[in-house]
Amino acid sequence: MRTLEATIEAVPDLPLIRISREFDATPDQVQRAHTDPELFARWIGPDSRTTVIEVWDARTGGAWRYTNTNCDGDVQTFFGSFHLVRPGRMTQTFTWGGMPDGVSLETVTFEALPGGRTRLSATSLVDSIEGRDAILRSGMDLGMREGYAKLDALLADGR
Amino acid sequence: MDDQLSRVFSALADPIRRDLVVRLTTADATVGELAAPHNVSLQAISKHLKVLEGSGLVTRSRDAQRRPVHLEAEVFDLMTKWIERYREQAESRYRRLDSVLADLADEESSRKKAT
Repeated sequence: MRTLEATIEAVPDLPLIRISREFDATPDQVQRAHTDPELFARWIGPDSRTTVIEVWDARTGGAWRYTNTNCDGDVQTFFGSFHLVRPGRMTQTFTWGGMPDGVSLETVTFEALPGGRTRLSATSLVDSIEGRDAILRSGMDLGMREGYAKLDALLADGR
Repeated sequence: MDDQLSRVFSALADPIRRDLVVRLTTADATVGELAAPHNVSLQAISKHLKVLEGSGLVTRSRDAQRRPVHLEAEVFDLMTKWIERYREQAESRYRRLDSVLADLADEESSRKKAT
């Protein structure tokens, strides 16, 4: 049975986030979409932003850096190193330019499943619970705007 | 709905206050920093902050001179929502990856046909 949706686990008292997802592609293809800069830039997104790869050396000990620009010209930078790259497994450091002292350690594994499919498991180990929460909170921005637009409508109707 | 929850909801019913909260999700900020992107006076921002403080959503430290505003995210138990939002973001990222992988498979099969 295919897991259609990403599953997430955030242990409350550990600075950890785990995500798992299955893909209809081979481990080699899924990993290539993580190491080939042209492919990577096509999906890392979000849709509303343009990704430009500035530094990319997807080998053990290599470095990476990309920027993310939205239509208002707001630029976000992300950078880190490729600590380990080998078939089936990658470990990278990840830093958001807006919080340059913060760093997380990201390990992604690509596990072969029957039928030429792949299970991707990604673990982010953040350097503090606060850092972990900041990462989780970063997902809130867009959603809050959408969510509260609905709340606005609800409150306008009710009062 | 208990009183605190309704205070939180009505505090968040205002777009400027929502922007302030979104801004505070990144880091603590002073009133001046919060006012900067808005075309309103410091006094107006202070008023909005009073409403947010009243709802328990934000606090301001008494000791520090800058008196930065701090988001009390646990007040409305956002953790679960954050996690779900984060998961949804990851899911939409992986859906884009799905389509990149589908393209990749197409490219590979057409290359095989060509040779």
